[in-house]
Amino acid sequence: MNIHEYQAKQLLKQYGVAVPPGEPCTSVDGARAIAEKLFGSGQKLLVIKSQIHAGGRGKGTFKHGFQGGVKLAKSVADAVSLAENMLGKTLVTKQTGPDGRVVSTILVAGAESIKREFYLAVLLDRANSRPLIMASIEGGVEIEEVAEKTPEKIIKEWVDPAVGLQAYQTRKIAQGLGLKGDLFNQACKLIAGVYKTWWECDASMVEINPLAIVETPEGKEVIVCVDAKIGLDDNALYRHKDILAMRDLAEESPLEVEASKFSLNYIKLDGNIACLVNGAGLAMSTMDIIQHFGGSPANFLDVGGGASKEQVSAAFKIILTDPSVKGILVNIFGGIMDCNVIATGIVEAVKETGLTLPLVVRLEGNNVAAGKQTLASSGLTLITGDSMADAAQKVVKAVRN
Amino acid sequence: MAILVTPQTKVLVQGITGSFGARHAQLSIEYGTQVVAGVTPGKGGQTFQHLGVSVPIFDTVAEAVKQTGATASAVFVPPPFAADAILEGVDAGLDLVVAITEGIPVRDMISVKRGMAGSRTRLIGPNCPGLVTPGEGPDSKGGCRIGIAPGYIHKKGHIGVVSRSGTLTYEAVYQLTSRGVGQSTCVGIGGDPVNGTSHLDVIQMFMADPDTHGIIMIGEIGGSAEEEAAEWIARHGTKPVAGFIAGATAPPGRRMGHAGAIVSGGKGTAEAKITAFKAAGIGIAATPSDMADTLLKMMK
Repeated sequence: MNIHEYQAKQLLKQYGVAVPPGEPCTSVDGARAIAEKLFGSGQKLLVIKSQIHAGGRGKGTFKHGFQGGVKLAKSVADAVSLAENMLGKTLVTKQTGPDGRVVSTILVAGAESIKREFYLAVLLDRANSRPLIMASIEGGVEIEEVAEKTPEKIIKEWVDPAVGLQAYQTRKIAQGLGLKGDLFNQACKLIAGVYKTWWECDASMVEINPLAIVETPEGKEVIVCVDAKIGLDDNALYRHKDILAMRDLAEESPLEVEASKFSLNYIKLDGNIACLVNGAGLAMSTMDIIQHFGGSPANFLDVGGGASKEQVSAAFKIILTDPSVKGILVNIFGGIMDCNVIATGIVEAVKETGLTLPLVVRLEGNNVAAGKQTLASSGLTLITGDSMADAAQKVVKAVRN
Repeated sequence: MAILVTPQTKVLVQGITGSFGARHAQLSIEYGTQVVAGVTPGKGGQTFQHLGVSVPIFDTVAEAVKQTGATASAVFVPPPFAADAILEGVDAGLDLVVAITEGIPVRDMISVKRGMAGSRTRLIGPNCPGLVTPGEGPDSKGGCRIGIAPGYIHKKGHIGVVSRSGTLTYEAVYQLTSRGVGQSTCVGIGGDPVNGTSHLDVIQMFMADPDTHGIIMIGEIGGSAEEEAAEWIARHGTKPVAGFIAGATAPPGRRMGHAGAIVSGGKGTAEAKITAFKAAGIGIAATPSDMADTLLKMMK
């Protein structure tokens, strides 16, 4: 699960991490009130940030023509005008796709002048199953680019989960970032807080880009998280009710949300051949084999290892909600589950949905003969495939015709 | 010989009284596996009955091991309690713990992996189908089945199969058996980002096993475990290996069902893995339908 920037900053703040002063709001009046408060407290410049789960906000364009999802405000009037141009409007960025996302929340925050930018992140290093803290003096840019061109500019510090992050490790990182004096101590505290956020919230990723030295209105240099991104481990949400409450369904595809209600794992893609498969690996490779034979998969759909009739039926309905689907490939390897139960589910779902699109079914495994018999005697005009390759070729051909 | 387990391996089932654990304990008993104990805290002293086989249930793994001599465990415990169940098996000195449970938080597995470092126990999984060493009976009965794989698709023989995906493992096994080719051991290592046993671990065991003559290695997007295995094979491989990587069409940044199946920051792509396979002389199955044939061609 992903959360918004303002939510990430709320979590970080709970763990003692410094973030610029600011608050989220969902109305223009709210924006005015926050702006008045921040200017009143001595802030000279504010930033108004559209809250959507996609990057590239600053360079994005709203559908009504307004440029930029992150803008500076010099006055309350500026802030109000920006809020009017962002709230309820659709922002298109390089990561949202052409449909864009509706901005229903904005973050109004102090825009203290940035002296230097850094990068800081905590993530899992899969190669050694340990948390990894990554930092770089190259902030505000894509870290992948830094890793590729100047890997020596990336500081890496692994945490031994048996003892947790040690203070000396934060000092190593702060020194690597070239910090001195009070800023050095501030950075150590901040790094420890960011790590703690990652660990205690069961995050999959905490990314601070940029982490920055800014000058406060009082003229003091402090180190703060100017932007923040947190991804959470879905498997751990059961023990974080407060974080689960941050889920924003408007940021998720409605079909994917619907599928999750039936414990189906569905991801929409751009193609026109839908697939319905049991098992994640088989589902991925069914997409791959469709493409291998010249077709284009419309989705990833894993009905799970022990799919029920109800799940198959729900899966068909979800697939058919996608208007670009021109054909369906069902690929089931029924190891333990009864192929005949699946076949019955398919027949019922086809009748219930009045399916007219070409449907290719490949069934293999437990009680497959009875399953094939059920399909054959159903009176439906479905096509059967003997192997994955055979079935994929048949569905690609059927969609072309 | 096979690897990890033989038909003589004594298996205990943690979570044997849950519906999922019970169903698969029954199937393992039907397969002829030596299921000697069940563990469900609070139900010690009861028995699990199936087809005339009476399996004693214990409150703790340590007690089950002491009373029955079990050396391997299948964990069917729900996610919030699975880390504890795995570590209990480690503490009891088991040789092998196979964690079937899907949905264990990554943080729990980070702690488990660190906690079991230096122990004698090997962990397979979590979020895996388990492993099968086929037997000599009809439908390969009489073998050792720990987990949830369908036993009947196997056949005793000399091909080792290792995979992160359950159904793709079954697909490969089924292709082999349909062509009359048997397997030494088939191992599902699981689809999570932190797991106990890697492709490389299993590949090394297969290379050292005189009973294994060829290997099918199935990988998927995410991480770099396949690349590490390929690098080792390039230097030390002595047997033919065929490979398949799932997820070439997966969109970056999306988790494809398995928690570990994700391309992030341009890392873990199918393309990179296939390139590593090719460089190591691993035969590439162009489609999942070609996994068995790719290996059999190499072995001719």
